[in-house]
Amino acid sequence: MLKRFWPWFWFLVGAIYFLVPLYATFDFSLRAQRGQLSFTAYANVLNDVKFVESFWFSLQTALATIVISALVIVPTAYWVQLRLPRLRPVIEFFTLLPFVVPAVVLVFSLARTYSRTPLTDSREGLWVLLVGSYVILSFPYMYRAVDTGLRAINIHDLTEAAQSLGAGWFTILTRVIFPNVFVALLSGAFITFAIVMGEFTIAALLAQPAFGPYMNLLASSKVYEPSALAIISFALTWAAIAAIQWIGQGSQARVAGPR
Amino acid sequence: MAQLTQTKTDQLVVRRRAISWTWLGVAPFFLFVAAFLIWPTLSIIGQSFLDRERRLTLQNILELGRPFIVSSYMYSLQLSAVTAIGGGILGGLLAYAITIGGLPRPLRDAVLSFSGVASNFAGVPLAFAFIATLGQLGVVTQWLRAVGINLYPTFSLYSFWGLSIVYIYFQIPLMVLIMAPAFAGMRREWREAAESLGASTWHYWRYIGLPILFPSLLGTMVLLFGNAFGAHATAFQLTGGGSQGNVVTILIGAQISSDALANPGLGNALALGMIIIMGICIGLYTWLQRLSTRWLRS
Repeated sequence: MLKRFWPWFWFLVGAIYFLVPLYATFDFSLRAQRGQLSFTAYANVLNDVKFVESFWFSLQTALATIVISALVIVPTAYWVQLRLPRLRPVIEFFTLLPFVVPAVVLVFSLARTYSRTPLTDSREGLWVLLVGSYVILSFPYMYRAVDTGLRAINIHDLTEAAQSLGAGWFTILTRVIFPNVFVALLSGAFITFAIVMGEFTIAALLAQPAFGPYMNLLASSKVYEPSALAIISFALTWAAIAAIQWIGQGSQARVAGPR
Repeated sequence: MAQLTQTKTDQLVVRRRAISWTWLGVAPFFLFVAAFLIWPTLSIIGQSFLDRERRLTLQNILELGRPFIVSSYMYSLQLSAVTAIGGGILGGLLAYAITIGGLPRPLRDAVLSFSGVASNFAGVPLAFAFIATLGQLGVVTQWLRAVGINLYPTFSLYSFWGLSIVYIYFQIPLMVLIMAPAFAGMRREWREAAESLGASTWHYWRYIGLPILFPSLLGTMVLLFGNAFGAHATAFQLTGGGSQGNVVTILIGAQISSDALANPGLGNALALGMIIIMGICIGLYTWLQRLSTRWLRS
């Protein structure tokens, strides 16, 4: 029992740090009507059309980001480990550049560099810039996750085995590498999803109708609704991440099944 | 002889194809990074050395020495260091607890998925949550007042330590998400081997566990530092985003939207200063990463 004391202790410290603000936010969100607890603030938020629109917008943006990021990172990480191991520090350097160039700097650079082009003059163009920036932001997490995942499997043997059975590169990537790094990929995807859904800076500076700017605007006019919004966004994001996780575990079971 | 020449040519063709194909494999990645990151950033860096008439100048760089800019940088650096260390230690201990600490599996899964959600909780909603918790009317503030402890005016959520507490909330989950796999990757055999040689728990951690994990721990904390240094939305929501805000990102943000310093070149120079500091961090991180892989290989 004593051996388990410290793990439990640190778990409890973490739990308190994480849960007290959530509880407080929930408590606060129920006080919209004086002298009684009610869900008035929630009703106000959910009846707001802009809430639904902005959340849906951010959800689509997040999924697009994850798909594009995976399509770029998985073949790259695989190819580098297989054929260009000397290039690995270079790729790592580039995937870490988003830490060197914070979101504020990135969006400013993009807006200036592509000003007076279709990328900044149209709604679709701005969305391309938005997704492009988010994919860049996702690279450190995605590359780390996929690279670790690839190192855990023997890609040289798997590639040779697939090739000896007549598989081309496309088949190897889609039927061998992607399924094998899928679970690793998901951990990167969780972080990406989390970042995009709550992102404010880039979306606001590109004037995109995303969830972050919507929440920011609401706070300037309302008192209790922001707390309700924080709880709602937390709950919905939790549900989404739980769903992705559930899919991940399902596929893991499927991979292990035929053996 | 003719046949031999033919074979040689074939080999050459094959080799040339192999080379171009090999490099083509990473082309999509580099094209993407060039379009959305490298080219825009380089153009901003270049412009920080240009004046309004596009002549070369160091004036923008020299103007970074203005006292309010220096104090802004110091503020951001201190905030990042405090929250990287605080969040790194708490997050590291939590990652340890849920992996080799031997807590029940459901707890581990709960903490990991919670971390995925909580790192999203950075920015605007996180600011909302802490205003409801530790703001003047916050729930915890009221609890403490009920037992005779008045947080305000000695403490403020909008002060350095207030911001630190808020930042650590998104630092911990990031640390957990990155370090949990590292802890989980520690072999049970290492521990057993050490114990069979008579090592205590302390010995094991002091001479085996921590040295193996150290580059990875420190590297991740450097990432946390960058995470805090580049953070904008949380501080923006808490401080209102005025140009008097103390965090560098807010200063840059204000410069983007309204040219608050009345000099676009100075805004570019602010960004350049940030890029340089972050570059030093990443250099440190890369070095630690190399150290870590070298140790793991041998």
